[in-house]
Amino acid sequence: MVDSKQQWKAWLYLSPAIVLLLVFTVWPIINTVRISLLEGYNSMGASGGDVFNFGFQNFVDVVQYQRFLTCLQNTVLLCVLTVPLSTILALLIAVALNSIRPLQRTLQTIFFLPYVTNSIAIGMVFAAMFNIIGLRPAAGTMMADTWGIINNVITFFGGQPVNWINQGSDYWANMAVMVIYIVWNALPFKILILLGGLQSINKQYYDAARVDGTPRRRVLTKITVPLLSPMLAYVVITGFMGGFKEYSSIVGIFGEKMGPAGAHGSLNTMVGYIYDNIGNQEGRASAAALILFGIILVVTMINLQVSKKRVHY
Amino acid sequence: MANNDNMNVMRDRDLRKVTSSARVGGVFAKIGTYTFLIIMALIVLFPFYWMIISSLKSLDEYRMNVPTFFPQKIMWYNYVEAFNTANLGRLFMNTVFVGVVSTVLSLIITVLSAFAFARLEFKGRELMFGALLATMMIPGELFTITNYATVSEFTKIPALSWMGTNTFGVLIVPFLVSVFYIYLLRQNFLQIPNELYLAAKVDGCGDLKYLWKVMIPLAKPTLISITILKMMGAWNSYIWPRLVANDEAYQLITNGLRNAFTATTGDVNYPLQMAAVAIVSAPLFMVFIFLRKYIMAGVSRSGIKG
Repeated sequence: MVDSKQQWKAWLYLSPAIVLLLVFTVWPIINTVRISLLEGYNSMGASGGDVFNFGFQNFVDVVQYQRFLTCLQNTVLLCVLTVPLSTILALLIAVALNSIRPLQRTLQTIFFLPYVTNSIAIGMVFAAMFNIIGLRPAAGTMMADTWGIINNVITFFGGQPVNWINQGSDYWANMAVMVIYIVWNALPFKILILLGGLQSINKQYYDAARVDGTPRRRVLTKITVPLLSPMLAYVVITGFMGGFKEYSSIVGIFGEKMGPAGAHGSLNTMVGYIYDNIGNQEGRASAAALILFGIILVVTMINLQVSKKRVHY
Repeated sequence: MANNDNMNVMRDRDLRKVTSSARVGGVFAKIGTYTFLIIMALIVLFPFYWMIISSLKSLDEYRMNVPTFFPQKIMWYNYVEAFNTANLGRLFMNTVFVGVVSTVLSLIITVLSAFAFARLEFKGRELMFGALLATMMIPGELFTITNYATVSEFTKIPALSWMGTNTFGVLIVPFLVSVFYIYLLRQNFLQIPNELYLAAKVDGCGDLKYLWKVMIPLAKPTLISITILKMMGAWNSYIWPRLVANDEAYQLITNGLRNAFTATTGDVNYPLQMAAVAIVSAPLFMVFIFLRKYIMAGVSRSGIKG
C-alpha cells in the first residue's frame, strides 16, 4: 500500500536531486544529441540567430578530420598498451602481496600511494624526471647538457640518453613516457581490487593444491586466475572506461599544448578534442562526445561478452 | 562436530608434512617474492622521493651533470618562493571553500535522496532509480559541452548569475548530485531493518530525527568515504574549473599550479616547481595517512578516482 503522505514526502526529499539532475544531466543528454545533429552548430552563430540544417554532417566532418583521427589513435593506443600492462603487473603484485605476512600492510600502503595524488602535479614530477635540461650545438648536432634522472640512469648503465619529451622527441618516446606514467597511476586501484578478491578466495583450494604438490605457476593459472576472474574482468572494464577518457595525465606531462614543443597536439586524446571544440564548434564536440560514448559502450559490451564466457562466478 | 575436528587435525598433519618437504623451495620463493615487491615498491616511491629532494635543491645543484641523491644544501626557501610564485595561499583557500561547501551540500542531497529511495514508497520508484543508474554509463565530457553553454547563459540572468562563469557557484552546483553516491548510500540504508523505522514512527519520531539519530550513525563509514572522495575531487578537479573560472579570484589549486608553471620541459626552474607540487600534494598525503582505512574501503567499493 502506498500512502499519499509518503508520496509527497518522497518527492520533497528527492526534489533537490531531481532539479539538479534535470538541469545538469538530463538536459545535456538531450541537447548534446540535438546539436550533434545540427550541421556545423556553434554557439556564436546560434546566439546570432543562425539556423542550422538537420543532418549527420558533424559526424562525417569529425571522422574525416586528421586531428580527430590523431586523437582517436592516441587514445586507443594508450588504452591497448596500458590496460593489459597495468592489469598483469597489478595481478603479480597482488598475488605476491597476498602470499606474504610480514611487511604486507606496509607494502600495501606504499602501493596505494599513487592513488592519492593529483595527476597534474605528479605528471610534472615525471616530466622533470624524463626531461633534458639544456641542448647545445656540438659538432653539427645538438648535445644534451644535463639530463634528467632517467637519462642519468640509462647512461650509468652504459646506454645512450633518449630525448623523451623535449623538442624534436620521437612520438614513440613520448608514448613510452605516457604509458609509464599511466600504468604507475593505474596500479593502486587495480592492486586494491585484486588483493581484495584474493583474500576472499577459499584457502581450501590452495591446501588441496599443496597436498597434491601442484607447482606454483600451475596454482596461479589454474586456481588463482580463474577464481579471481570476476575481479579481473572488473578492473579491465573500468580500466578501458578510464583509458578512453585519458586527458589530465597528458596535461600533467606535456602541458595544455598536448605535445612536446614543436609538435603541439601530437598526443591529444578524444577528451582533449572535445574540450578544444567547446565554446566554438559545439556541433563537432557533441558528435565527438557521442562517438566516444559509443566506443566506450561497444568496448564494455565486448568485455562483458568475453567475460561471460571466461569468468567463473 | 567431533568428526570435523578430527578431519582438521588430520589435514593439518598432512599439510605440515607437505610443507616441510617444500620448505627449501619455499625459502627461495619467499626471497624472490620479497625482492620483486620491494623493487616494485621502490619504483612506485621513486617519483615522490625525487619530488622532495629536487624541491630542496638549489637550481645550480639541480642542473649538475651528475645528480645528487640528497641535497648538499637544503633550500627550504624554495617552498616560500613556490608558495608566493603560484599564489598558493589564495588557491588553497578557494579550493578548501569549494570542497567544504560542495561536500556538505552534496551530503545533504545524497542522504535525503538515498532515504527516499530506500525507505519511502512512491510511484515510479524503481523506474526512476533505474534511470538514474543508467546515466552513470555516460561519460561526463558529454555533459560538459552543454553545461558550459548553460552556465554561460546563467551569467546573463541576474537571478542565476551566482552560478554563472567565474563564481564559486559554478564550481559547486553542477556536481552536487552524484548518482553513484546515492546508490552507495541507498544500499547501506537498505541494510538497516525497516522495523526500526516503523517503530520510530509509532513512537512519534519524525523522519528527519530518525535519519539523524539512527540512519546517519549507522551509515557513517559510507558518509566518511563520500566526504573524502568529494574533497579529493575538489582538490584534483582541473577540466571544469579551467573552462568556467579563468578569473584568478575563483581559480582552484590544480589550475593555479598548472598555470603558474606552464613549461614542463627544457630549462625550467624545477626545484621551485617541485616545491609547489609537494605543497599541493601534502594535504592529500595527510588525509591519506589519517584516514587510510576509509579511503581504501571507499575506493574499493566505488572504483572511481576523486
